[in-house]
Amino acid sequence: MAAMTTGAKARWTLLDIIVVIYALVPVLWIVSLSFKTPATLTDGNFIPREWTLQNYADIFSTTTFLRALGNSIGIALISTLIAVVLGTMAAYAIARLEFPGKRALVGVSLLIAMFPQVSLVSPLFEMERSLGLFDTWPGLILPYITFALPLAIYTLSAFFREIPWELEKAAKMDGATPAQAFRRVIAPLAAPGVFTTAILVFIFCWNDFLFAISLTSTEASRTVPAALSFFTGSSQFEDPTGTISAAAVVITIPIIVFVLFFQRRIVAGLTSGAVKG
Amino acid sequence: MAEIVLDKVSKQYPDGALAVSDVDLTIADGEFIILVGPSGCGKSTTLNMIAGLEDITSGELRIDGERVNERAPKDRDIAMVFQSYALYPHMTVRENMAFPLRLAKVDDKTVRAKVDEAARILDLTQHLDRRPSNLSGGQRQRVAMGRAIVRDPKAFLMDEPLSNLDAKLRVQMRTSVAKIQKKLGTTTVYVTHDQTEAMTLGDRVVVMRGGLVQQIGSPQFLYEQPVNLFVAGFIGSPSMNFVPARLENSSVSSPLGNFPLTDRIRTLLEDADAPREVIMGLRPEHFEDATLLDDTAMSGGATFESTVDVLESMGSDKFAYFTLEGEMATSAELEELAADAGASDLSADGTQIITRLSASSQAKEGHPARIWFDTDKIHLFDPHNGRNFTYAD
Repeated sequence: MAAMTTGAKARWTLLDIIVVIYALVPVLWIVSLSFKTPATLTDGNFIPREWTLQNYADIFSTTTFLRALGNSIGIALISTLIAVVLGTMAAYAIARLEFPGKRALVGVSLLIAMFPQVSLVSPLFEMERSLGLFDTWPGLILPYITFALPLAIYTLSAFFREIPWELEKAAKMDGATPAQAFRRVIAPLAAPGVFTTAILVFIFCWNDFLFAISLTSTEASRTVPAALSFFTGSSQFEDPTGTISAAAVVITIPIIVFVLFFQRRIVAGLTSGAVKG
Repeated sequence: MAEIVLDKVSKQYPDGALAVSDVDLTIADGEFIILVGPSGCGKSTTLNMIAGLEDITSGELRIDGERVNERAPKDRDIAMVFQSYALYPHMTVRENMAFPLRLAKVDDKTVRAKVDEAARILDLTQHLDRRPSNLSGGQRQRVAMGRAIVRDPKAFLMDEPLSNLDAKLRVQMRTSVAKIQKKLGTTTVYVTHDQTEAMTLGDRVVVMRGGLVQQIGSPQFLYEQPVNLFVAGFIGSPSMNFVPARLENSSVSSPLGNFPLTDRIRTLLEDADAPREVIMGLRPEHFEDATLLDDTAMSGGATFESTVDVLESMGSDKFAYFTLEGEMATSAELEELAADAGASDLSADGTQIITRLSASSQAKEGHPARIWFDTDKIHLFDPHNGRNFTYAD
């Protein structure tokens, strides 16, 4: 890198800037909208002429958004936790054990991931209504786990396969029970994989709109993406774009925090994971 | 410390493959025993069965007189050193070595004392706070040893612990492994495919082939009295020379010439009821440059003349290679040995003979040389089942 000429450096910088702009413009646009007053909302300026925090004040002044935010956080965290725990155990078994029906199990879990979710919405709606799960937290958590598990199992089993089996044998020889070997040797080494999976699953649950809009009907369990679509302006002639933008900005923050928090763990895990020789 | 007894131990995999068949072995308390053989001979499987990492299909394994077949590895009180060392990468050297003690719920003070002691023995004291990824191969190997010795197990099991090291370090570590074992006096089972390690380290060596024990004995005994063609070819470096031979009325005709059998060998052959067609084996050091010997020394052997293909001077000795015209000795054992050495596809015309001559020999590459060999040192093998007719307990 030190030997890079100024010309090459300039080209790389330009390329980086283009990529960053391409990726960030829509996000910055939303941020910009969230700070505009209703009058200047459609003036097309990238930088707001009149700054206002009214949109943020509006979304936090009603219970609609706060309830939805609570639902989102709770549902996404619980789903992530359960999916990662189950996924870890399943992936470990798939990576380590030979058992009858292993291929079938992996195949079926892949099938679930391939299934178009929209085709499952109607049956799920009917089932949840008759089971009394409709418009409850478990009513969303269950389908989220179902769809997150294949992803979790796939990512995690790849991580487990990379851990030398001899480490486990060594732990056994050192006097560990299988549970101790897993907890004290395998799990710490698989941590980067677990955190990666947790991030992916969390983002999936957090951003889901389809299930959220179809399987909820009230504030009891409606998550933010679904709640956004029910936003209204202060009168029916007013467009709620400003408040929707403000809400979109607010719900991005937990994801950023979540990713940044676990990213540190991922890096820490990878450096300590250097094995063998 | 303990005595380990394998009583007709066998391992059969679910697909029917017999990995280890009826191994009978009594390992005395404090003994250093080597399991050696080409890859796939069942030596590692045997070790894993002693460790408890693999189930025993039939037979009984006893440690200190107690049947342990059904016990989990952790309840056998045995430590193991793995080929890849299997160090825990997320722990420091100290934590790695303390791990077995922590699992055993030993108190902190004792753990510290024992780890420090082991680190001192293995010269790891200044590395205790580093992680395995920052250590060299030799240091990692020592940490793996350290993890085994901290808890004073009944036995050490070592699965090719030196094969990941470079040649020089391997020789060094070989000596230190032997020293540590002598010092601790712990029963040790050591698996290797390297016959040099087997010869130099063990009190006794177990040669295995295809899941069967071929011969058990001290390195010197295996070298001098191999029970069959396979052991004869496997033990020794450079390995024994094999040529086809024909027995005729108490004399031998072979590509190395015709010569009379010595009395000792004739008696053994008569007892063994040997066929006429045999394979003759002779170790490189039993040859000598005939010009260096006087008549009395020559009388105990025979000579042949051939052109030196290659001459390697080692300083202390000279290795002279010859190619003998005519057919080669063939048997299943020899093919297997050649395959294990990776030499099966080397198509040579005739038989290659390796001889070890005195450094003062004047033999030159490309020139004929007259070579004497000791006819009392020959081994004669059955070409069909590899049995050594000249084997005597």
